[in-house]
Amino acid sequence: MADRTQPKRSFTPGMLLYDTRYRAMTIQVVAIMCFMLLVSWLISNTVQNLNALGKGVSFGFLGQPASYDINQRLIEYTSRSTHLRASVVGLLNTLLLAVMGCALATVVGVLVGVLRLSRNWIVARLMTVYIEGFRNVPVLLWIVFAMAVLIDTLPKTSDFRGENATASMYLGDTVALTNRGLYIPEPLFMNGLGDLSVLGLFEISLDLIAFLLVLGAGIWAAGRVKRRADRMQEETGTRPATWHWRILLIAGPVAALLYVLGFTLGIPELKGFNFRGGIYMRNSLIALWLALSLYTAAFIAEIVRAGIMAVSKGQTEAAYSLGLRPGRTMSLVILPQALRVIIPPLISQYLNLTKNSSLAIAVGYMDVTGTLGGITLNQTGRELESILLLMACYLAISLSVSAVLNWYNDKVKLKER
Amino acid sequence: MAEDVFVRSGIIAPKPPPILEIGTIGWMRANLFSGWLNSILTVVSVLSILFVAYEFLPWMIQSSWTATSLNGCREQIIEAYGEGTTGACWAVIRERYLQMLYGFYPAELYWRPNLTFVLMVVALSPILFPRLPRRMLWFSAIYPFLAYWLLWGGSVWFPLSVVLGFVIGYLLIVGISERANLLAAMICGVLGTILYWLFLADPVAQVAQSMLPIGLVEVQSDRFGGFMLSTTIGVTGIACSLPIGILLALGRRSDLLIVKAICVGFIEFIRGVPLITLLFVASTLLNIFLPPGTNFDLILRVVIMVTLFSSAYLAEVVRGGLAALPVGQFEAADALGLDYWKSMRLIVLPQALKISIPGIVSTFIGLFKDTTLVSIIGLLDPVGLTNSIRADAAWNGIVWELYLFVAALFFVFCFLMSRYSMHLERRLQTDRH
Repeated sequence: MADRTQPKRSFTPGMLLYDTRYRAMTIQVVAIMCFMLLVSWLISNTVQNLNALGKGVSFGFLGQPASYDINQRLIEYTSRSTHLRASVVGLLNTLLLAVMGCALATVVGVLVGVLRLSRNWIVARLMTVYIEGFRNVPVLLWIVFAMAVLIDTLPKTSDFRGENATASMYLGDTVALTNRGLYIPEPLFMNGLGDLSVLGLFEISLDLIAFLLVLGAGIWAAGRVKRRADRMQEETGTRPATWHWRILLIAGPVAALLYVLGFTLGIPELKGFNFRGGIYMRNSLIALWLALSLYTAAFIAEIVRAGIMAVSKGQTEAAYSLGLRPGRTMSLVILPQALRVIIPPLISQYLNLTKNSSLAIAVGYMDVTGTLGGITLNQTGRELESILLLMACYLAISLSVSAVLNWYNDKVKLKER
Repeated sequence: MAEDVFVRSGIIAPKPPPILEIGTIGWMRANLFSGWLNSILTVVSVLSILFVAYEFLPWMIQSSWTATSLNGCREQIIEAYGEGTTGACWAVIRERYLQMLYGFYPAELYWRPNLTFVLMVVALSPILFPRLPRRMLWFSAIYPFLAYWLLWGGSVWFPLSVVLGFVIGYLLIVGISERANLLAAMICGVLGTILYWLFLADPVAQVAQSMLPIGLVEVQSDRFGGFMLSTTIGVTGIACSLPIGILLALGRRSDLLIVKAICVGFIEFIRGVPLITLLFVASTLLNIFLPPGTNFDLILRVVIMVTLFSSAYLAEVVRGGLAALPVGQFEAADALGLDYWKSMRLIVLPQALKISIPGIVSTFIGLFKDTTLVSIIGLLDPVGLTNSIRADAAWNGIVWELYLFVAALFFVFCFLMSRYSMHLERRLQTDRH
């Protein structure tokens, strides 16, 4: 009787290539060997080159005084501060620009996206022109263009001075728009709480913390009132009117706190050659902010449009047939479904905006590329370390945002059986 | 009684629809003034269009084309149109448009970029439009070497000797696969080609050049600039990044753990950092990573970095297309007994790439726009040139005209690309008639 079991063949080297059980292993071993060879080749080249240049890899330069000025900053910085602190100031500037840009881009993008779906022929066409115009021209061109327009068409500070001034301030002499930047009123507290030093690195205003705490508590309390109204509506069928309570709960404590702290507005005034007081936003910050957010808004508009169109018409009709009014149809039926499509690409647009903010170097805004990858790199001659750190900064931002995005995607994923 | 009965004697012609519901008026009522909100929007839009037209049209028409400086422009305009008029100073475009297009390329050699551009259209057309004869693809294959030779000049033998490398590789594969198996032939072919390029290509080209000197005047890379530079970097990047991107996407979806890990690491790293940091690497660090004494062209270094950058984005787009494909397609290919590469080439990739066309084209458009970033590391692309023109004493203070010109150049190319992608989507749509 013939043996029906598989014949036991001994292992031959040819099986490494022709037997699918071993081939995967062979390919992977070859791949990892090639990869290691490449990496070690790069490292040995780097070591040889650095030796030839007479410098090793060291991050000690971060502790040395930077000795250059940063003209737009969120935390205390002088030219005697270290390179590390200069980099942190730059990183904060990047984040400031990113947050401001994302906020404006979202507002404009959603508005344009909705208007592009409008049945109004002329509005829809205008929005198409806006979207195509911004999407098809490089963002760097928009940035340098916005900067050039700000510098060359806005009034100089000297135009505000004298008897026959050619320029004037806006909004009851509180806002000054010059070719050097924008001066807006700043909040001042007569009897403020002082500053809180965090680890001796930088200081946070206690007034700001108190303001945020009170505001947060007010919003939380208003949310409780809303949930109670929801519960009563489900139990009794009638919804108590709560909007005035909710406004009072949010606005009341905040107003009381501002009164106690002695809140006033510090208005910028022309003194000597320049404006003093108020918050000063440099022209480079404004140019970047406008250019980046209007450019990104064009992409966001397309995302919003695609998201709304992805919700099938049957959903709207079903909601209408249930007797929901258009407003509630939008908020309860369309938006929750559209948001699932909109949010992931929206967040990747936010990331794009953050990465594009590195173009700040083209107009002299001191973000992390301008400080760490620009002046620090040039002054210390530490190209390798500076660029690695710079990449690590952006990688950290990108990866943490993608982690949040993945968590969100898992959360809103359609629960299917 | 009979008189009360009414019998219809004929059909009454239908009444015409109300005048307010048809024609232009009806269309306007439906599309422009359907409600108070819409009416407000319409009025605001029309007013803003009129405002822009009122501000811009006179400015564009009451212009100067012949002055040699911004002040000259202003004087000419005031002379021609009266005190107080402002107008566009198109003279700056007239004076500098050649520079914006060709950079500092020698003026007597402009025919070479022009010819390269025309030939590029010829080489691209069989790829873009499948109705053209397939034999034209041979020209597309030769085109990159021809373009290199035309743009940079030098001996004709150098690109030819590089092409010879491919021929040698092909001959090796065909020759050995007849005697030994295909895998050994592939390995020998690739190794042979690489060894030839490393050690023999240069001497061969030099010997051929000394025997039969044919060549064009050499043009150094630092003479490149303007829109020509953007197109060179952009087109090369696009052509090289598509195959790399597809390979990366396949690697990321592969079952081989290590291959997958390498691909994921590469893609996430590149996508996590801005392009400008990679360009810094190209301009300052690449020489440190390569063997001591290597120093090659900045444009080439930039092209490498731009290619790597956009291939990571392409990989994600293609991966989306692969993920959207029903798993039955993969299984059907396996069931037919196709091996991995055949099933990818014949079944999976054609469908996956079709799904991802919009994403691929928008990545290409992004790459083309991102070529402007090279101005930050000192190459003189159109944006870099606007900076230097604005720094020129004669044109100091000029804003709108220059940027309008550059924006229009980029807009035309990017808009054409996006329209072509829409056309391609419609052409490849097989599920609807």
